[in-house]
Amino acid sequence: MIFAAILAGGVGSRMSISDVPKQFLPLSKKPIVIHTIEKFMMCERFDAIYIGMHPDWISYMEDLLEKFSLKDKRIHVAAGGTDRNSTLFNVIKEIENDYEEAEDNIIVTHDAVRPFITQRIINENIDTAEKYGACNTVVSAIDTIVSSKTGEFIDEIPDRRYMYQGQTPQSFKISLLKRLYNDLTKEEKLILTDACKICIVRDTPVKLVQGETSNLKITTVSDYKIAQAMLGGIEID
Amino acid sequence: MINYVYQLVSPQIFSIKYESLDFKDDVIVKPAYMSICNADQRYYLGMRDTKILEKKLPMALIHECCAKVIYDKSGNFKKGDNVVIIPNVPSSGNDEIYENYRKGSKFLSSGCDGFMREYVNISPDRLVKFENINPKVAAISEFVSVAVHAVSRFEKLSHSNKDKIVVWGDGSLAYVVCNILKVRFPNSEIIVVGKNKRKLSIFSFVNCTYLVDTLPKDFEFDHAFECVGGEGSYYAINDIIEHINPQGTLVLMGVSENKVSINTRDILEKGITVVGSSRSGRVDFENAIQYMENLELQNRLSVIIYEDKPVSSIDDIHRVFSTDLSTLFKTVFKWNL
Repeated sequence: MIFAAILAGGVGSRMSISDVPKQFLPLSKKPIVIHTIEKFMMCERFDAIYIGMHPDWISYMEDLLEKFSLKDKRIHVAAGGTDRNSTLFNVIKEIENDYEEAEDNIIVTHDAVRPFITQRIINENIDTAEKYGACNTVVSAIDTIVSSKTGEFIDEIPDRRYMYQGQTPQSFKISLLKRLYNDLTKEEKLILTDACKICIVRDTPVKLVQGETSNLKITTVSDYKIAQAMLGGIEID
Repeated sequence: MINYVYQLVSPQIFSIKYESLDFKDDVIVKPAYMSICNADQRYYLGMRDTKILEKKLPMALIHECCAKVIYDKSGNFKKGDNVVIIPNVPSSGNDEIYENYRKGSKFLSSGCDGFMREYVNISPDRLVKFENINPKVAAISEFVSVAVHAVSRFEKLSHSNKDKIVVWGDGSLAYVVCNILKVRFPNSEIIVVGKNKRKLSIFSFVNCTYLVDTLPKDFEFDHAFECVGGEGSYYAINDIIEHINPQGTLVLMGVSENKVSINTRDILEKGITVVGSSRSGRVDFENAIQYMENLELQNRLSVIIYEDKPVSSIDDIHRVFSTDLSTLFKTVFKWNL
């Protein structure tokens, strides 16, 4: 079976313009997260779509689903955890309560605040996760990447040809991800907040899927303004 | 939902328009296979008048497409239904005038966005369901419906003596018109006149083919379809006028960019009926689908279809337009964007 996990556990602390978590900010008359859910709903290959939501905002999310006529038997709202991975594993727990476990079950995980996701990226994630077990959506790095541990002086300038920027979706065979996660120590679980990194530290290959520069993550005020401009330039203050 | 629209902004330059798609009463379909029309190719290459390009671009190209239904609030379709999309958006008005000629009608990919979009939201009456047609063949349904429309107009306007019908031209349009004529008038002799031997050899099912330079002196026929267009229109139309029998019907189907000088003296003298036919409406699509559900016709249409590799990026869009320049007939491709 194929599942989607739309991760919306955040409370918007990085965006000072609003007390509302950023996934609920309006974009062309709809909350950002609604655009994202709608795009996933258009993909017939998903057996179910789970929205991992901060517990305080679950009722609000349910109201939005009602308001935008997205009440569908494929859509479930699950309580998020303290960080990205705990939200993801809460969703996996819910999936396994609702459906039978199977070695080949796939989960496509996506940031709620990336509403410009395309159907091509979703389909390529599913195909790649089925074939390779794990994949990460990326775009080639355009700017030169500079690494600095102190934040004051450059330690290293890696060759840009080998640099990519990670996006979502990240997709996995659920069985593989669970095996790797359960193998982590408590300390590792605290540090490894990215699901693909769990694979990397356990020497499990993660295949790259071509993303889009337009698949931007709306995390700052300027991202939000760019997203609004992309959809016609209406500003909401 | 944010939808990606792949617009041609100027010749050979595409840009993505992002639009917020509302679900409302429309049906949402996912384009599956597309086919390139000469009109798309002319926009792509910039072979239209500058003023026209300025007026019509930016715009998503392609008006020949089959699709799958993804979402339908109206209940007319089931999820997963295969459909062809009618690019004509008719205005309301006099029903006596066909929907494709009515003033105020719009055409997707001529002035408004065609089907090069991630999803297409469209009114349910602009979709025609099909079942037993290979999607790569279904992609050219619009093209077939244009031929069906022309033949049905011809049927209404021409006199009953249809012993010999000539199709002037050896391209895709001529090929499809011949196929429809063969089905509709099985007792008529269908003759094709063209310029390219290799292309004419594909017309295996017609009664006779001629190279335009080697026409017999006593060549005559009852009716004709002109499927040449462009600069060749002048020669084709005047040759037809010369050889057609009195009171024959001449259906003009080829698009010409410039005005064409024609022998009106002989049109008057012979009492020729000249009919302009372009585009098609819902009834033509329904009839086209019915014709195409016949496996023999489907196989014949497959002969003129070249399937290029799927399109998954803007680079791939450039590739299919380039491929189309070197294919003799129709170029179709799977739409993965």
